[in-house]
Amino acid sequence: MEGGIVRKGRNGGARGRPKGRAVDPGALAEVQALLGDAPRRRDLLIEHLHKIQDRYGHISAAHLAALAREMKLAQAEVYEVATFYHHFDVVKEGESPPPPLTVRVCDSLACELAGARALLDGLERALGPGVRVVPAPCVGRCEQAPVAVVGQNPVAHATVEKVEPLVRAKNTTCPVGKYVDYAEYRRGGGYRIAAECLAGRRDAEAIIKTLEDSNLRGLGGAGFPAGRKWRIVRGEPAPRLLAINIDEGEPGTFKDRYYLERDPHRFLEGAIIAAWAVQIAEIYIYLRDEYAGCRAILEREIAALKADPPCPLPPIHLRRGAGAYICGEESAMIESIEGKRGMPRLRPPYVAQVGLFGRPTLEHNMETLHWVRDILEKGADWFGSQGRRGRKGLRSFSVSGRVAKPGVHLAPAGITVKELIEEYCGGMLPGHTFYAYLPGGASGGILPAALGDIPLDFDTLNEYGCFIGSAAIIVLSDRDRAADAARNLMRFFADESCGQCTPCRVGTAKALALMQAPRWDGALLEELSGAMADASICGLGQAAPNPIRCVLKYFPDEVK
Amino acid sequence: MTAMSKEERAAMPVEFKLNGRDVVGYAGETIIQAAKRYGVEIPHLCYKEGLRPDGNCRACMVEVKGERVLAPACSRRPAPGMEIVTDSARALASQKMVLELLLSDMPRERHTLASELDYWAAKLGVARSRFPSRRQPRADLSHYAIAVNLDSCIQCTRCVRACREEQVNDVIGYAFRGEHSKIVFDFDDPMGESTCVACGECVQACPTGALAPARGVALIEPDKKVRSVCPYCGVGCQLEYAVKNNRILYVEGADGPSNRGRLCVKGRYGFDYVHHKHRLTVPLIRREGVPKHANFVMDPANPLEYFREASWEEALDLAAGRLREIRDTHGRHALAGFGSAKGTNEEAYLFQKLVRTGFGSNNVDHCTRLCHASSVAALLEGIGSGAVSNQVNDVLRAEVIFLIGANPVSNHPVAATWIKNAVKRGVKLIYADPRASELSRHATYFLQFKPDTDVALLNAMMHTIVHEGLVNEEFVRNRTSGYEELRKNVEGYSPEKMAPVCGIPAETIRQVARLYAKSRASMILWGMGISQHVHGTDNARCLIALCLMTGQVGRPGTGLHPLRGQNNVQGASDSGLIPMVFPDYQRVDNAEARARFEKLWGATLDPKPGLTVVEIMNAAYEGRIRGMYIMGENPAMSDPDLQHAREALAKLEWLVVQEIFLTETCYLADIVLPATAWPEKSGTVTNTDRMVQLGRQALDPPGQAKPDLWIIQQIARRLGLDWNYRGPEDVFNEMRRAMPSIAGITWERLERESCVTYPCEKEGDPGQPVVFTERFPTPSGRGRFVPADIIPAAERPDREYPFVLITGRQLEHWHTGAITRRAAVLDAIEPEPIASLHPLDLEELGARAGDVVTVASRRGVVSLYARADDGVPRGAVFIPFCFYEAAANLLTNPALDPFGKIPEFKYCAVKVTKGGELTPRSSYGGGQALAELQSA
Repeated sequence: MEGGIVRKGRNGGARGRPKGRAVDPGALAEVQALLGDAPRRRDLLIEHLHKIQDRYGHISAAHLAALAREMKLAQAEVYEVATFYHHFDVVKEGESPPPPLTVRVCDSLACELAGARALLDGLERALGPGVRVVPAPCVGRCEQAPVAVVGQNPVAHATVEKVEPLVRAKNTTCPVGKYVDYAEYRRGGGYRIAAECLAGRRDAEAIIKTLEDSNLRGLGGAGFPAGRKWRIVRGEPAPRLLAINIDEGEPGTFKDRYYLERDPHRFLEGAIIAAWAVQIAEIYIYLRDEYAGCRAILEREIAALKADPPCPLPPIHLRRGAGAYICGEESAMIESIEGKRGMPRLRPPYVAQVGLFGRPTLEHNMETLHWVRDILEKGADWFGSQGRRGRKGLRSFSVSGRVAKPGVHLAPAGITVKELIEEYCGGMLPGHTFYAYLPGGASGGILPAALGDIPLDFDTLNEYGCFIGSAAIIVLSDRDRAADAARNLMRFFADESCGQCTPCRVGTAKALALMQAPRWDGALLEELSGAMADASICGLGQAAPNPIRCVLKYFPDEVK
Repeated sequence: MTAMSKEERAAMPVEFKLNGRDVVGYAGETIIQAAKRYGVEIPHLCYKEGLRPDGNCRACMVEVKGERVLAPACSRRPAPGMEIVTDSARALASQKMVLELLLSDMPRERHTLASELDYWAAKLGVARSRFPSRRQPRADLSHYAIAVNLDSCIQCTRCVRACREEQVNDVIGYAFRGEHSKIVFDFDDPMGESTCVACGECVQACPTGALAPARGVALIEPDKKVRSVCPYCGVGCQLEYAVKNNRILYVEGADGPSNRGRLCVKGRYGFDYVHHKHRLTVPLIRREGVPKHANFVMDPANPLEYFREASWEEALDLAAGRLREIRDTHGRHALAGFGSAKGTNEEAYLFQKLVRTGFGSNNVDHCTRLCHASSVAALLEGIGSGAVSNQVNDVLRAEVIFLIGANPVSNHPVAATWIKNAVKRGVKLIYADPRASELSRHATYFLQFKPDTDVALLNAMMHTIVHEGLVNEEFVRNRTSGYEELRKNVEGYSPEKMAPVCGIPAETIRQVARLYAKSRASMILWGMGISQHVHGTDNARCLIALCLMTGQVGRPGTGLHPLRGQNNVQGASDSGLIPMVFPDYQRVDNAEARARFEKLWGATLDPKPGLTVVEIMNAAYEGRIRGMYIMGENPAMSDPDLQHAREALAKLEWLVVQEIFLTETCYLADIVLPATAWPEKSGTVTNTDRMVQLGRQALDPPGQAKPDLWIIQQIARRLGLDWNYRGPEDVFNEMRRAMPSIAGITWERLERESCVTYPCEKEGDPGQPVVFTERFPTPSGRGRFVPADIIPAAERPDREYPFVLITGRQLEHWHTGAITRRAAVLDAIEPEPIASLHPLDLEELGARAGDVVTVASRRGVVSLYARADDGVPRGAVFIPFCFYEAAANLLTNPALDPFGKIPEFKYCAVKVTKGGELTPRSSYGGGQALAELQSA
């Protein structure tokens, strides 16, 4: 191959090529063939990287240089993006590519409680060097813990015995189960409201009013009132964009996948209604790469929708994440859709004003849009009147950990964790006693069983240093330690920090080091936590110290 | 009451509270900027004035009342009524924690004296870190100019922004994530093997010395810092020399109007030639009986093979005495002088005055003849002025940039940064050049047209403009003459007809013509790809016509800009270092002008225009010119058909050369006078933007080397001229009387402001960055269309010589290499003579990248290393003319443009074969300077 870095001549002198890495004509031809007539726009960089990774199992320096040339990008620009995401394997000259098959073992908290560490070790031993076995952050199947993913094929309640035959048989695609497809969804009255909107038989103001009255809040974690968001974005100058966040990466959260695998059109209809009401020019859907099955469903169903549209549709783009928790953060997701490293933006300006491609952007978690049709059909009161202890609405709790029936449980806002465990989860696992719980995934903090009677909702947990976030409840029992959980979480944050700001990039790493000690330096950790919470750019770094602070506050005996 | 728009609100001053005090923020100002004005210091690391604030280090966090978390002062703008506290316990806790976290990962040994992290840590009393340190990365010392010590890196990305957003060289990236996040070059390659062009902007941006000048010079405290101007190209970047013990330690960019702190590799790392052991320090007289011939073997380390040392008295007496003798014996037209575009305006002025009043003829020229003479001819004819209409960074105000026949990323690197900045802001770039460069990727349209077909392409564009009704009729009517003739002429040049000629599809020609014509403001920039042809003047005429017919001139962001080559080629031309004109382009054959100069200089002046560079060489060859005085030019390397040029110089009866190194030209001299290098003298230079800038002496000259101004005066006195200028200021004051364009510029103002743009006719005039706004400086005030037809190159490829030779420069080397090949870093980066060819052509020759190839023309032959570069078109070979081992000008064709008298450096026929014998290297080049530096 003629590519590669400069070679030197006499006395280490004359370069036979211009500075840097020359583009290999063969690799260029391969990349051109792979890209076909797809546009070479910058925002498609990650999509194009996927094409190379999918085809070759890794991304060689030669292909990466060719892609840079083809997209008229600098080599550094392509490299920094490719190395940001877990799912791209960049292989430089002289390095060996990874084995063709990768088995990812989820080591997030629910899976760790269920024995992920032993599974990882067992698989490494059993599968040998021809298969790459790596730990992976939460794959969004916590109710099936422990989970291993063979290629793109997730294995529930994984054991070495279950995984090995799949590897041998190269059974690496994600099976797709039964779901409500386009025809069935329409038969059930689906897209009726969307069609009415587009036909001018609905009033946008009335729809926004209904949403406001329903008290529907952003279900990705921030809980911003959805109707108000529509109103704000509608007031910004056109063109406006809609970005839908299905980068469901918060450990313990799997509700979006749950709905996508069963009823994918419901959120699409919500999106079309939102696009109409807010006068959105184009819709972008960002789906995490781990959800390969959902991607197959969405590709198929969006195609079906476009083939036989119930109403004029705005352009709908489905974008594929590449393994980065941070891209669930709204502005990081926007950066990623633009083909960049998923590094959160500073705000202000807010994405409603300056969002995707610099345009005012309505950004929603998928589930938020999932409820739009039901609220419009059944009325604002139907949604708003559900709830306990004065809280309003329904919450899709992703429950995992030491309960008998983990899974997505649709329950009233304001329910307590004890009620949730007893009424929805069939109680604790046999032999386990309720010890502690995480009310909001990895970020929401850790509370002791003694505080199991707090209503679970946005705002109700603040005074305890916690939050509900995406309503991912992980239940710990008397066999677990909060400090162990905190270490698991901090390792996750350190791995997933985008690396942009000092408090998070350095803070998570230093915190993790300090947390390895049997006795924690509580004063220093508290000081560090304060700066991380106060000075980090985004929610990741701001919330990362929550587990530390909760352990110091509620479980001090564990670390003394 | 009317509501204010968002924009109006944003432009209003903002009243807010800062640490309890009522303050006012200016529009667009961030908290840190407003606070600074009020004397409130806020720690910061990732923030640097001039770079986009990124807000990533979080050292500048402040408390904003009512907000949940702290806010970064560098990125946040105050809002009306905001209450901001910069030094509350909470804010300080975060500020200090950030510093402590970063300090925990610092190495014990620092790499700079000026660590901003250490500064703020000391200021805030953060003595040491309580956290464990990271695993430190290894140093990367692969680059000759820059040491990469990422153990000091705080990931602030100032270098990324400097490289990507400021210089747009796009080499540095921020790769990986989390605590593994890393500053990388290309694909995390060693810096020295990356695409890095060593502009050094990253070093200037780095707050901690993680990127530092190589060999530890940032750890030495300089004695002084002296602000001056870069001695290389016409961009005219201001810089600052850091000096210790009369040696330059390092160079930093200064905030000049043409560069705003930016520099390129030459400006930043090409300074140490001044300390090279080959510097001439004693006057030299040619030894008796050492013959002059074109095929000398050069070793500047041993000048005494050819010369003996002499006193200044002896050398000057002899030098001037023989010149006077020739003048008195053979007449005033037997003498000629070459001045230099590398010297100051004052030197250029005095030199031409010496030739005109001391020799008595107008036989004075300089290298403008070899670069933009044809452009200037066309400009003077068309619009009455050879200078640019708009300054380079006016491209930021354009909507379309049309760049043709130029390679600014190599030859005007800082100008290229403005173009790239403009493109990043959405300005459309049409880039037309037979060779692709790194700039091509930024272009909206890159037209890789066939060499020598400029007129075809440009006429086809004008044809489109005429036929699609895109002519600016009003402008044509009110401000031009001769349009009808042009219109008729371009009729025969339809895009369809010209597409096969120039190799650009007809539809593309139409698209770029429309883009150029329709835009709000289109700016044309060009270089030597336009001018160095036998039809160079025609090429430029087409560009002028294009601009006149669309009215794209005379406003901000639109006009004509020939990118000037030398640091002072504009100034040397302005000062009269041209055979047909006195200072300020007043024609010598104009009786009125002549009378004014005769009065000013108290001398009788020759009404006959003098000979140009190549004409002088021919006259020397023929014996009509017998004696020459050459100051700082190297025609024995820079002229076309070198064998002939060197033979011509060898035939001179008397040659006096004033130089800093023993150049090829010196080998043919009778007297060599040791002069001062740029940092060793003061004086003004004028850049491509018409900015007159003051260079300040930073060093004492070595040995007996003398300021050029002194030497010229000594020669002048010995020719009978009664001169007594005390220094550049005296000369400049006389120039103001001779040149209305700079009459308003005072020396005192230059000392104060360092830079004044002309025209500046009265004291206090601000200077005019944009000219021709109302009229052109022609007698009628109108611009004139001059049609042009296709004239082929003087020598076309044929079966015997099937390749086209294009000569030019490369980023690291200046002209004939006398300076840059003695600058350690520049020479080390490009140590060897190379010829660039398309990889497929190379393959057909059976050669591989890096092999030796031989290139021959009808005039000469050179052997050098082949470089595979797919930016070079098929069938062409590009050779920089800086390598004495393989002097490209041995091959070039001395055919001249009939108007500008510029040789056709950009086109001649050659053959290329694999293999050949390399010329042995002399005592410089090939990395020798760096090796000496490293062993010292």
